[in-house]
Amino acid sequence: MSVIDKPYDWVDERVGVSKFIKKNVRKIFPDHWSFMLGEVALYSFIVLLLTGVYLTLFFKASQSEVIYNGSYVPLRGVKMTEAYASSLNISFDIRGGLLIRQIHHWAAILFLASISVHLLRVFFTGAFRKPRELNWIIGNILLTLAIVEGFAGYSLPDDLLSGTGLRITSGIVLSIPVVGTWLSYLIFGGQFPGVDFIPRLYSVHILLIPGLILGLVTAHLMLVWYQKHTQFPGPGRTNNNVVGYPLMPVYMAKAGGFFFVVFGLTALLGAFVQINPIWAFGPYTPDQVTAGSQPDWYMGWLDGALRVMPGNMETHIWHYTISWNILVPAVLLAGAIFTAMALYPWIERYITGDTEVHNLLERPRDNATRTAIGAMALTFYTLLWIGGGNDIIALNFHTSINLITRFLEVALFVLPPIAFLLTKRFCLSLQRRDRDKLLHGVETGRILRLPNGRFEEVHEPVSSAEAAKILARTEQAALPMPAKTDANGVRTKGYGAKKFRATMSQAWHSGAVPVPTADEIEHGQEHAAHQLHEAAERYGIEPGVPNEDFSEPMHEGIN
Amino acid sequence: MSFSDKSDKRAVERLLDGASEPEILAAHSVTNVGPQPASGVEHTLRRTDVDVESAKRAERQVAMFFGLAALSFIGFVVAFFAIPKDKTVYLPVIGDTSASNAALGLAMGLGALLIGMGAIHWAKKLMSDVELVQERHEIKPDADTRASAMAQIAEGGLESGLGHRKVLRRSLIGAMALFPLPLILPLLDLGPRPTGQLKHTLWSKGMPIVVDVTYQKIRPEDIPVGGLVDAVPAVLPSVEEATHNLNDRAKAAIILVRMRPGEIRSQQGPNWDYEGILAYSKICTHVGCPTSLYEQRTHHLLCPCHQSTFDLADSGKVVFGPAARRMPQLAITVDAEGYLVARGDFAQPVGPSFWERTS
Repeated sequence: MSVIDKPYDWVDERVGVSKFIKKNVRKIFPDHWSFMLGEVALYSFIVLLLTGVYLTLFFKASQSEVIYNGSYVPLRGVKMTEAYASSLNISFDIRGGLLIRQIHHWAAILFLASISVHLLRVFFTGAFRKPRELNWIIGNILLTLAIVEGFAGYSLPDDLLSGTGLRITSGIVLSIPVVGTWLSYLIFGGQFPGVDFIPRLYSVHILLIPGLILGLVTAHLMLVWYQKHTQFPGPGRTNNNVVGYPLMPVYMAKAGGFFFVVFGLTALLGAFVQINPIWAFGPYTPDQVTAGSQPDWYMGWLDGALRVMPGNMETHIWHYTISWNILVPAVLLAGAIFTAMALYPWIERYITGDTEVHNLLERPRDNATRTAIGAMALTFYTLLWIGGGNDIIALNFHTSINLITRFLEVALFVLPPIAFLLTKRFCLSLQRRDRDKLLHGVETGRILRLPNGRFEEVHEPVSSAEAAKILARTEQAALPMPAKTDANGVRTKGYGAKKFRATMSQAWHSGAVPVPTADEIEHGQEHAAHQLHEAAERYGIEPGVPNEDFSEPMHEGIN
Repeated sequence: MSFSDKSDKRAVERLLDGASEPEILAAHSVTNVGPQPASGVEHTLRRTDVDVESAKRAERQVAMFFGLAALSFIGFVVAFFAIPKDKTVYLPVIGDTSASNAALGLAMGLGALLIGMGAIHWAKKLMSDVELVQERHEIKPDADTRASAMAQIAEGGLESGLGHRKVLRRSLIGAMALFPLPLILPLLDLGPRPTGQLKHTLWSKGMPIVVDVTYQKIRPEDIPVGGLVDAVPAVLPSVEEATHNLNDRAKAAIILVRMRPGEIRSQQGPNWDYEGILAYSKICTHVGCPTSLYEQRTHHLLCPCHQSTFDLADSGKVVFGPAARRMPQLAITVDAEGYLVARGDFAQPVGPSFWERTS
């Protein structure tokens, strides 16, 4: 210790670091595999920053024309932009360049994937509830920024595939009423493709958006730190405590180590799994395209929305044109989805009227309606995503692309509500099963013959950990229907709105399964124990189970 | 340093009490220097908690992971200098791949992975796995704190005079509201003002049609029935030489297809074909991808981006997909020397729709 005493004191006397360390170095974080998803996002972002800095040293963000003269023989002598030529140089002429480029791209794929799954975890466990709505919003903004950032990134090399993506972007911008053409001219510095866009996109990609992401990630983590992480219910875990492992040493080792795991995996992917072979596509030119053009996975749903939208949806008013066939899927739908997602905590709260602070997570089954809404949204998303790959699917499964598209046009409206209904039923059934398990124990597979000749299966009580999980479900009453008039016969103020809210609330809570009460649990288990005990006493038989199974009260450990 | 609870402190004191770690392990038969489980929180001992041998084995494993990581990074240095960048190697499943890329990535990835695995193994086997309990503080401050905060805001507000000095307040709001103007206005020079360029292309009356890439003029007999040629206006190479951009190519690219005159059901203008040769824009009317998949038998032209399909035998109308408008047709003929030429510009804007598009 003496070695670090002096420098430690030097810092301590100037910034009082002891106060911070005393408070935080043994801070407790709860453990669950799903809490790792956000970590994956954070670490892949760090990998992106590290590899991104390296790429900036070699990439030339310019649309000036050059004649390629590098090591990749098939493209020698071809006219291309400096951006594309320098991307080829990174891939072929710089040692480790291709590796870093591929790690960067894989890390971007992983970044978006982990953000998305992390978002699903937060949604399905109700982690966004009070007091964490702010972090939900920040997370939503981060997802949006990450999508734009990823798209900007794979557009920079100016190869044929990325240029096609930009052409589509320009077409989407053009579809915006009134300002679309202006906007497109501002973005591209005139007509598409122009020579200004790649340098502009570059500063957005390496400065503007990463800066915003870095700032928001910091805020996201500070809020997690300050509000303390949510935890799943379990023995000893309440809404007012945190049960888990200390930052030092456990999480320093586990989380720190996990960064290296993420880095290592992206590096191995970069080494052995080729991604975005830009040399195979050739330089961008607006009059060429390859069949099977696909965006990165996280853009697939938007591309799918564009694909399945029926045409013939253009209106001409006076001298002007509105392209609903582009505006609706690419601008309005995307905007509506992100807005609804960001506002979800308030939508749920409006329906349930729940204003409590929640630090305990809900298992997805324990909030059937929310889980059903999530399943509905996921179904919608997946169908759009399938739409984005309709050509690939048609090719590989030898079906008609028209058939797939027509199917999706119908399925997008039919399947999500079905997913809602099925999921809600499924969750409620799981709740009933949990209730049964708690009241009657779990089946052991051991069959006992009773004095009256009946056969009965021995049931064991659930473990205390399981019981704590089951009992953690909170029961909430639906909002009551408002009275149409008050005692004096005066019409209730805002009756319609109140009635709507109450109707929603009652639909939300419909089919609720009651959580077993302590009395019910005791009664249910005593009944089972009694029969076994009787059999054992009268015949002096070993029921084939350890004695404590029925000599001790079976509800032990359940409160 | 401080410790979170008493047992933790005792355990660390034992360590510091001159005894070496193995001695403590031998004496207590535990490797776990952490605290005791809190009541109500379940905990099961691990093998490494009670068996010194297995704890030592875990320590050796962690050290091995770290040691191999170091070796891996040395391997990276060797590979960096030893493997020529253009050398390829055959790997099962993957096929021929860059030897340098595979070796560098393997060394870097494996090394990082080993560090991570070592650290996690260390945490899981040798660090305390007793779950600790900390109370949450209520985030919402008590009424006194809130009142005090509000009082201070009121005090500050009063001293600033913002409440009662109306002229000051309004002028400040006015100034702040206009502050973004000088920041945003210069952005208008990001691009020129749209002046109808989207409505015109390089095509004009008598403009020779040339094959893309080779820029050679085309005679009608060069295109067989069922054939397809990517073409551009003859003036394009010199325009691109002058402008150094691809803007005109993005609008002027066309395809020529030839069918038997009887197969043509309709056109966008009377006799816009030349002996069954039809010229259509190549740029999709949906969001502007080049359409490139032509099915001879059905005369359907498919855009590979979003699968809009146009029937070129039927005035380029949309038969499937998200495009709203038919593919613009270019009227063509031949010049005195018998080469294909345009009879004028497109009658309507090509490419994706936009607000100012009149039809």
